[in-house]
Amino acid sequence: MSDSKIQNLYDQRKLSPFLDDDDEIAPGEKHLHKEMIINMGPQHPSTHGVLRLVLELDGETITEVHPHIGYLHRGIEKLAENRNYAQVMPLTDRLDYVSSMTNNLGYAVAVEKLMDLKLPPRANYIRMIMAEMSRICSHLLFLGCHALDIGAMTVFLYCFREREYLIDLFELICGARLTVTYIKIGGVRRDINQEFIDKLYKFTEEFEAHIEEYDTLIRENRIWLERTVGIGVIPPDVAISYGLSGPTLRGSGVNYDIRKAEPYCAYDEIDFEVPLGKNCDTYDRYRCRVEEMRQSNRIIRQCLDKLPKGSIQTENPKVVLPQKDMVMRDIEHLIHQFYLVIKGFSIPKGEVYSATEAPKGELGFYIVSNGTNMPHRVKVRAPSFVNLEVLPYMSRGHLLADIIACIGTLDIVLGECDR
Amino acid sequence: MGLIEDRFRKNTVTDLADFGINWSRKMSLWPMTFGLACCAIEMMATGASHHDLDRFGIVFRASPRQSDVMVVAGTLTKKMAPILRKVYDQMPEPRWVIAMGSCASSGGIFNTYSVVQGVDTIVPVDVYVPGCAPRPESLMYGFIKLQEKIEKDTIAKKA
Amino acid sequence: MTQEEIVKKIEENFEEQITGVYYFAGQGNVSVKAKKILDICKFLRDEPGLEFDYLADLAGADYPDRPYEEGRFEVVYNLYSTKRNHRIRIKVGLPEDNPVVESVVGLWVTADWHEREAFDLYGIKFNNHPNLKRILMPDDYQWHPLRKEFPVQGY
Repeated sequence: MSDSKIQNLYDQRKLSPFLDDDDEIAPGEKHLHKEMIINMGPQHPSTHGVLRLVLELDGETITEVHPHIGYLHRGIEKLAENRNYAQVMPLTDRLDYVSSMTNNLGYAVAVEKLMDLKLPPRANYIRMIMAEMSRICSHLLFLGCHALDIGAMTVFLYCFREREYLIDLFELICGARLTVTYIKIGGVRRDINQEFIDKLYKFTEEFEAHIEEYDTLIRENRIWLERTVGIGVIPPDVAISYGLSGPTLRGSGVNYDIRKAEPYCAYDEIDFEVPLGKNCDTYDRYRCRVEEMRQSNRIIRQCLDKLPKGSIQTENPKVVLPQKDMVMRDIEHLIHQFYLVIKGFSIPKGEVYSATEAPKGELGFYIVSNGTNMPHRVKVRAPSFVNLEVLPYMSRGHLLADIIACIGTLDIVLGECDR
Repeated sequence: MGLIEDRFRKNTVTDLADFGINWSRKMSLWPMTFGLACCAIEMMATGASHHDLDRFGIVFRASPRQSDVMVVAGTLTKKMAPILRKVYDQMPEPRWVIAMGSCASSGGIFNTYSVVQGVDTIVPVDVYVPGCAPRPESLMYGFIKLQEKIEKDTIAKKA
Repeated sequence: MTQEEIVKKIEENFEEQITGVYYFAGQGNVSVKAKKILDICKFLRDEPGLEFDYLADLAGADYPDRPYEEGRFEVVYNLYSTKRNHRIRIKVGLPEDNPVVESVVGLWVTADWHEREAFDLYGIKFNNHPNLKRILMPDDYQWHPLRKEFPVQGY
């Protein structure tokens, strides 16, 4: 192979052209790539779940990455076609299990759009509070696991301490720590009480100081900067073509946040900023997420201040279960209760695609109804599935240790990637 | 342990040896994380500082060759099952398996075409921890139950 | 732009390709024939005023009760424009015996894995796809699980 051809090959594959000194390539001799194929198997110490990567390496430099997914494919979409609309809600919990409130919210918003259902303001505000608490939980886990993978182990323990506080609050209102199923179609399941509000106020007051506490550990740390600045660069036009969303996209400078672009719940009444990155690398995405935690804190504060009084579910008796004491007294409520529990409500023929801003990106639900009480098709547009596609692009040319940083910065959860 | 195991009848010496061997095995269980899905997050939370697992002597090891117990946390799919068996086979004896969560114990809510209905169809399970996801206290109780099971083990001839 | 205006722009340029238009829950759905889907998508992406540069979702769907002409399988493109902040949905009906459609990987790179998933779960084939292999099920799996006649518990 001639020199120009080798140069072309390197240019095409964006390799760093390392050649050993004793590697002479005689004209006419076939160039031996010395390529190694390594399997980073589905079971590995990284904390992101069952992801298998087949890496083609040239020494330590990555030339190609082939992600293999499907090791956690549980058939949620097939199951959803055999359950009625309310029974699909617990299945959505298990999609992005790190922040399950946002999945519930995405599905509920989609079905309510399909049915054209309006909610009382208190339900919207409670939903927003829960969604932002979930966002903080998810970003804390991102920070802990990303730092743990890169080597900063202290941050992991601090982040889990904050998560414990928030998860205790989840347990206070709905009984479950992780897979909550608190948001239902038509509202939320139970009202929040004064104890919850007081504890959440206390959390929002202390959280700023806590973020400073562990952000200081890594934000200007020389090792952290060496390992994240300039790694995994995704230019904005490439990011849009790859369909990225969430902080992965905003780290590249594209201002697309569904809470601002197409507000749902009551996000248009709340004041918050959307952090954007400049250099499109891992460090910017990390800064975006930490800043988003601060903004979520601000949103929770405002929601608690503005929390209106009223009912927590819509008035339509054909959709929500009636009050238990009325069921015991009135025949009409008894019939509604019976019908809703045994069969569930039906939705006329139609389809809808609704997107909400999950912590990982744009969580979309494409639901097709066929007039019965079970959906015809539920397609989950999972942000992790789409974000993972860009991994080969962003890790070509980097060293083997950088791929851990690249996976961490995408913030994927295999539960929703594989569904 | 292969030379002295299963050779002698039960007597004082084997009892003393049992006490020592079982105590050292149960007080330093090194699990291999097989975190698959949601239960893995609860396992990480159990290992973190609020509910500490380190005080039981439990140190998470990533390699199967260096671990005693495998905690299968999460849903096992048919695509992943051969890998589970391969990793289990790589663990040296004595080894135990804890099936954490409903999905690992029996398939959970996912009775579908791609989910194995219970890890015990692939590997022998010692302790089942139910829940979806089980609380950290439940997982700790599961470890304590495993320690009680290890206590009953013996190197003498089994009747 | 509103949904009606977007649909009108598509109708002006591809009158004979459209098989149906309907609006539900404030969103517009345009059903087109499979032959010129690549031209339609290119028009949607490049036309000033429409500028659908973001493929939000590419889903497959199965309607076994529909008449043969409408097609049993359907590929649904949910498009979004980051510059104009509007959405549209394009649906393509495919026949049961030969569900083949052009791949839009050349227009939006994200379609790669979505199309692999549609192939894996429904058996819909995409022409000119760089790597049309199974993605979620094991590589030697014989069936397409999300088809309506496949039982939930599998075989």
